[in-house]
Amino acid sequence: MSWCCCNSVCTSSSRQLLATSDLSSIPSRVSNAGLKQKRSLRGVPKVFAYYGLKTPPYKLDALEPYMSQKMLEVHWGEHHCGYVEALNKQLEKNDMLYGCTMDELIKVTYNNGNPLPEFGVAAQVWNHDFFWESMKPGGGDMPKLGLLQLIEKDFGSFTNFKEKFIEAALTLFGSGWIWLVLNREEKRLAIIKTSNAVNPLVWNDIPLIGLDLWEHAYYLDYKNDKANYVNVFMNHLVSWDAALGRMARAQAFVNLGEPKIPVA
Amino acid sequence: MAATPSATLPSTFLPCPGFRESCRTLNWRTHKKQLVRKAGAVKVRAKFELEPPPYPMNALEPHMSRTTFEYHWGKHHRAYVDNLNKQIVGTELDDLTLEDIILVTYNRGDLLPPFNNAAQAWNHQFFWESMKPGGGGKPSGELLELINRDFGSFEAFVKEFKTAAATQFGSGWAWLAYKANRLDVGNASNPHPSDEDKKLVIVKTANAVNPLVWDYSPLLTIDVWEHAYHLDFRSRRAEYISIFMEKLVSWEAVSSRLEAAKAQAAEREKEEERKRREEEEEYQAGDEVREMYVESTDSEAE
Repeated sequence: MSWCCCNSVCTSSSRQLLATSDLSSIPSRVSNAGLKQKRSLRGVPKVFAYYGLKTPPYKLDALEPYMSQKMLEVHWGEHHCGYVEALNKQLEKNDMLYGCTMDELIKVTYNNGNPLPEFGVAAQVWNHDFFWESMKPGGGDMPKLGLLQLIEKDFGSFTNFKEKFIEAALTLFGSGWIWLVLNREEKRLAIIKTSNAVNPLVWNDIPLIGLDLWEHAYYLDYKNDKANYVNVFMNHLVSWDAALGRMARAQAFVNLGEPKIPVA
Repeated sequence: MAATPSATLPSTFLPCPGFRESCRTLNWRTHKKQLVRKAGAVKVRAKFELEPPPYPMNALEPHMSRTTFEYHWGKHHRAYVDNLNKQIVGTELDDLTLEDIILVTYNRGDLLPPFNNAAQAWNHQFFWESMKPGGGGKPSGELLELINRDFGSFEAFVKEFKTAAATQFGSGWAWLAYKANRLDVGNASNPHPSDEDKKLVIVKTANAVNPLVWDYSPLLTIDVWEHAYHLDFRSRRAEYISIFMEKLVSWEAVSSRLEAAKAQAAEREKEEERKRREEEEEYQAGDEVREMYVESTDSEAE
C-alpha cells in the first residue's frame, strides 16, 4: 500500500513537505518517511512531517456498510492524522528520539512500563496503521491453510477462538485494543487486551490482528453498541489474508517446534 | 431478604468516618458464595435508580445536543446503573450507599468487579449536576477566593483545568476537588496537618476512578470519555472542553459542594479531636491504675 503524507481531510503543516529539493539527501531507513526538519536560508522554520500518514489499503467507502465512509473519514482523517501530527510535533523537540524506526520508537518510549510522553501518540500511529491493514472489504469468514491449523491447535477450534476474542473485547473497560498475537516466549497464539495505546510490540510479541476498541472507532456507526461492532468486525471486516502474511513472516523469527505447520 | 427502600443516588459525597476499618476485612468473593436465599417469594429490588439530569435533555443545546444526552444518559449511564444493580444484588454491597460501594470496591487500586459500574454511575450523576443551561461565566464568593488563592487567578485555573482534561490520554475524567488534607489511608497520616494544606486541586483520573478514593471532595468534573463528545465534536476534544467551561459549568453547584465539603471537613476534625481527647483520658486513667500497682508491689517487697 502506498503512504502519502497528507490528504484533503488532514489540515496541517504537513502539507508543506512535498515540495523540496532536499529529498534526495534524506536517509530512507524509516518506512514512514524520514524527512528532516530544516530551516530555510531566511531562518523561517519549515516543518517537514517526520512520519507520514499512511492511507488504508482500500478506499474509504470500501468497508460499507459495516464501517461507513464517514466513520473512516473521521477515524483516519481526524484521529489517526491527529496522532501523526502530534507525534511529529513532539519529535521536533526531542533530538534523542529523532531517527528511530516506528518499532524502535515504541519500545524505547514504552520505557519498560513507565512510558514517556511520546509513547501514547507513537503507539497510536502504529496501532492505527496495523488496524487498517487488519481489515479488508469482504473480510471476515475464516482463516485458511496453516493459520487455521495453528488457531485450532492453540484454541481448540476457530469457534472457540472467536468466542474468546469477542469476550475479551466486551470485557475491556475504557479505551484499548484487542490483539491476536504470536507469543514469542510461549510459542503459541494468544488473545491480548491492552489499554489505551499499549500494543504487543512492547512485550516483543508478534501481532497478527488488531481491533480498535476506543470509542472513536465505532461510535458514529454503532454508538454504544460495542457488541455489534465487535461481531461485525469478526464476521465481515477482519482480514485473515493479512494475518496469514504476518504469521508466515513470524515463522521466520519464531521456531514453533513440532508439529511443523507451514502457514502457507 | 430485607428489601430496603430503593435509595436515590445520595447527594452527600463523602463516606462516614471509621468506615474504612470495617471494610478491611470484607472479603468480596466469600460473601458472594455464602449468600443464602430465603425460601419463599424473594423480591429482587434494584437498589439504585437512574435519575434524570436536572434539566430537560435538550436544555444544553447547542453546546451539548439532545442526541448526545439520549445516548450518554439514556444508554451509557443507564447501563452502568443496571449492571451495578445486577452485580450487587444479594451481596453485602447491596445495603451500602453508592459512595461506600465505590470505596470498598476500589480496594486500594486492586479493583473489584463492581467498581467500574459503581464509580461510573456516580461520576455521571455528578457530571449532569455540574452543568446547567446558561452555565459558564465566573464563580463568585468564597469559591472564587479559593480559586484565586490556590491557582493565582481564575484564568490560570481554567487553563490548568483545560490542560488536565485535554491531556488525560484515553478515557477518564478531569476534576476540581477540595482537599481537606485528612490524609488517612491505612497506616499513613499527615505529620503536620495545617489549615494551609486545605486547598483546591485539579486532578485527572483514568477510566472510572474518581477523587473519592483519595478522600478528596469533588467539586466539578468533566467527562472526557469519547462517548461524551464524539457525536457533537468528533475528535475535537479541546473544543468540547472550552465549550464546557464557557457555556455549561454550573458554578452554583460547585459553590454549594464546596460549602458542604468544608462543613464536613470541619466536622470530621472535631470528631477526631474528640476521639483523641477521649483516648488521652483513658490512657491517663490507665496510668493511675498502673501507679497503684507498682506501689503495692514495692510495699510487699519490703
